Amino acid sequence: MTTATAGLTRLTASELAAALAAGEVSAAEATTAHLDRIATIDDRVGAFLHVDADGALAGARDVDDRRARGEALGPLAGVPLACKDVLTQRGVPTTAGSKILEGWRPPYDATVVARLRAGGVVILGKTNMDEFAMGSSTENSAYHPTRNPWDLDRVPGGSSGGSAAAVAAFEAPLAVGTDTGGSIRQPAALCGLVGVKPTYGGVSRYGLIAFSSSLDQAGPFARTVEDAALLHAVIAGHDPLDSTSIDAPVPPVVAAARRHDVAGMRVGVVRELAGEGYQPGVEQRFREAVDLLGRLGATVVEVSCPHFGYALPAYYLIAPSECSSNLARFDAMRYGLRVGDDGVAGVEEVMSATRAAGFGAEVKRRIILGTYALSSGYYDAYYGQAQKVRTLISRDFAAAYEQVDVLVSPTTPTTAFRLGERVDDPLAMYLADLATIPANLDGGAAMSLPCGVSPADGLPVGLQIMAPALADDRLYRVGGALEAAYVEQWGGPLATKGPPL
Amino acid sequence: MPDAAGSPGAITRGEVAHLARLARIAMADDELDHLAGQLDVILAAVARVGEVAAADIPPTSHSVPMTNVFRLDEVRPSLAPAEALAGAPAAEDDRFRVPRILDEEL
Repeated sequence: MTTATAGLTRLTASELAAALAAGEVSAAEATTAHLDRIATIDDRVGAFLHVDADGALAGARDVDDRRARGEALGPLAGVPLACKDVLTQRGVPTTAGSKILEGWRPPYDATVVARLRAGGVVILGKTNMDEFAMGSSTENSAYHPTRNPWDLDRVPGGSSGGSAAAVAAFEAPLAVGTDTGGSIRQPAALCGLVGVKPTYGGVSRYGLIAFSSSLDQAGPFARTVEDAALLHAVIAGHDPLDSTSIDAPVPPVVAAARRHDVAGMRVGVVRELAGEGYQPGVEQRFREAVDLLGRLGATVVEVSCPHFGYALPAYYLIAPSECSSNLARFDAMRYGLRVGDDGVAGVEEVMSATRAAGFGAEVKRRIILGTYALSSGYYDAYYGQAQKVRTLISRDFAAAYEQVDVLVSPTTPTTAFRLGERVDDPLAMYLADLATIPANLDGGAAMSLPCGVSPADGLPVGLQIMAPALADDRLYRVGGALEAAYVEQWGGPLATKGPPL
Repeated sequence: MPDAAGSPGAITRGEVAHLARLARIAMADDELDHLAGQLDVILAAVARVGEVAAADIPPTSHSVPMTNVFRLDEVRPSLAPAEALAGAPAAEDDRFRVPRILDEEL
C-alpha cells in the first residue's frame, strides 16, 4: 500500500466525505485503503467475522459512477463502514456470533443496512460480537475473540467489540453496533471511541436479530463526535416495518455536534454511579471531565437516582426473559443449523440437539435463567418485580430531568480487562454494564465520550452522557463541546493517540 | 451456597434439567451441575429486586408505550419461495422438510 492511500485510513469520516465530494479521492480508493488495512492487521485484532471485499468495492464503484453523473449523494456516500454481524445484510453471511447461524445468508436487508446502502455508505464487512449480543468482552463469540487495539492482551469490550476494534484500529472510520445493556457505550469507552445508544425507537430494529426486544437499539461508533452524528442521522428515523419505531423527526444531532457550546446547560452527576467498584483512575478522569464542563459554562449539580442500584439485577431478569422467548425461533426448521436429523429422531429431539450444539454457554445460561424467571410460581418475584423496578428507574430519570438537561457518569467502572479474566465468572462480567444499563431500561439516549486515559494503566476512559428520550441532540452538544476542549489539550481525538499496531 | 435472601429458594439440579427441557436444550449431567451452581450465584444477585417496595407500582414492559401500531395496508413484494427456502436445513416440494412431529406412542 502506498503512503497516500494508507493516509486515507487516518481521516475522519467527515474529512474523507469532503475529499470524496471534492473529487480528490474516489470511493474505490478509500475502500481499497481500508480493505488493505484489514488484510494487514486484522489477523491480530480479529475485528471481522466476514470481509465483503467484492461487495464493498462494487458499492464504492457505484458511488463513484453516480458522483461522476452528477447525482445528489448523501453526506457519507463512499465512506467505508464496519457493520455488527447482528444486522441482516442480503446475501452476506450473518451469524450474530453464533454457530447456530453459521453460513446463513439472509434474504433481506435490515432497515439500518438498507439506509446505509441508500446513503452510499460502503459496508466493508460484518464485525465480531458476543454470541447474540450477550456479553461485555466479545469473548462469547463462537468464532474467535477480538483484541483491544490499545493493548492486544485486553478485551475490546462487548458485545459490539468487533465494531469498536475496527474503528479503533483504523480498519474503518465508522461502525454500527447495537446496545441492549451497554454494548455500544462500554466497548466505545474501552477502545477510546465515541459510541451512541440512540433513544429506544429512534433507529429501526427491523432486521436486527433480537436479543431483548424492549431494550435493543442500534447506533454509531466513530472516532469523533461529528462523525457519530453524521452516521446517526443516516440510520435513524421512523420505519413502518418496526412497530416500536418512533414516528417523529430525527433530533438535530449533526448541528448539535458542531455547536461546541454548553454555556447554560444543566448537567447532573449521578451520585449512585460512583464509589465501590469504580477504579480510582476512572473516577479521576470522570471528575476532571465534570470540572471541564463547569469551566465551559455548564451548571453542574449532583443528583440522586435512588433505584439505579437495582438496575443491574432488574436487567438480568428482563433481558434473559425476553431472550428465552426471542431465541425460541432458532428451532432447526426454517434456517440455521440442524443436527441429529437421522430420519428416526422426532422434531423435539432434533430441536434440543441442535440448540445444544448451536448455542454457547452464556446463551444457554441466559435462556435457562429467563425460562426460570418466567415460570409460574416465580414470575411475580422475578420478572414481574423487575418490571416494577424498571418503572421506578424511569421515575428516577424523570425526576432528574426536571432539574438538569443531561446526566453524566463514568461509562464503565474499569478500563479494559485482560482476555480470560472474567470468562467463567458471569457475575463479574455483568458488572461491566453497571452504569450503562439504567439508560436502556428507561429508553433514553446515551453516549460514551473519550475523556482521557487512566493514569494507572494508560487505557481509555469513557464519560457517559445521558439525555431524555428524543433529546439525542443534547448528547452531541455536550460531547462536541467537551471533545473540542480535549482536542486542544491532546492535539487530536483520543482515538488518534493509541499505540500503533 | 450464597445467601439467597429474598429469593424463592436455591435452584436445584433437577429444576435446571426441567428448565432445559422446557427450553429445548439437551444438556449432559456435568453441564447441568455446572449451570446449577452458576445460576444460584446469579439468582442470589438478581433476587435483590425483591428488596424494593413496589407493591403499588405499575410494571413497565416497554419504554415507549404504543398500542395498535398499524402500517398502511398496501401490497408489497414478499420473498419468493426459493429465497425463503434458501437457508432451510432441508426443503422438499417448495416446503420446509421437518423431522416427524408426532411421537410414536401417540
